[in-house]
Amino acid sequence: MAAARDAGEAAARGAAKLSEELSDAKLVALCRAGDEEAWGALVERFSRYVYAICVQAFRLPEHDAEDVFQEVFARVFERLDTLRDDEAVRPWIAQLTRRLCIDRLRAGSREITADTEELPDGPDEDVLLKLEEAFDVHDALAGLSENCQEILDRFFARDESYRTIGEALELPAGTIASRISRCLLKLREEMTPDVRPESR
Amino acid sequence: MSGYDIERLSRLIGTLPPAPAAWVRAARELPRARRELDTIVERAESDAEFRRALIADLESALRAEGVEPTWPLLDELRRRVS
Repeated sequence: MAAARDAGEAAARGAAKLSEELSDAKLVALCRAGDEEAWGALVERFSRYVYAICVQAFRLPEHDAEDVFQEVFARVFERLDTLRDDEAVRPWIAQLTRRLCIDRLRAGSREITADTEELPDGPDEDVLLKLEEAFDVHDALAGLSENCQEILDRFFARDESYRTIGEALELPAGTIASRISRCLLKLREEMTPDVRPESR
Repeated sequence: MSGYDIERLSRLIGTLPPAPAAWVRAARELPRARRELDTIVERAESDAEFRRALIADLESALRAEGVEPTWPLLDELRRRVS
């Protein structure tokens, strides 16, 4: 059991690494050729995005969000061959997710209010825009050291405390705040080409 | 891009928390799950007893093969054996 879990975690780490290294188009091409590690990397790259569209933009309850999440990846897996432009996989996945969320909301509203003509609320467009921006920031994170990626992700996206991060990364908790500041500055350089040092 | 101050970047990192690990694992294992599904369907076609048990409890059949019974997989299995 523990061995299977370790193998699963190792596969996830491998997929995360591959996801950082390859462009969207290369990942799609490898997936289409049946490369299962690339498929894992594609799931790794888009899982947060799909999840956020479901629960933040459409406010789906967790059990509906899970069904939509699995349906999105099942359809991506089946229909990758139909994608015309491999670089456009992100808008394709976003559109697919939005459509399935709407279907799910409509089905839910039919069940609950069968006697009314009320349509469910659409997505929060501001949230969708923010998610696009957040995706770009997460992409830029891949340009930082593994240590910086880990610290920023654990602190801001996983809500972990200095103490938890310190224990996980074997760093003194007292140094975490300053590391976060340094890593954020590096991230800003990644996101802002005109403040990047000449040497890059 | 003067818009990216530190505070905004911090908020944007926090905007994409990880999806639940079990969901991601199930999606990552789709290629293997599809293969297992094919094996299950083949067996159901050649073994009437197994087919009956399968139709009675699709979820358990998938779990027995080590496959997380997600909604799309259950739906496909139901379609293929019914």
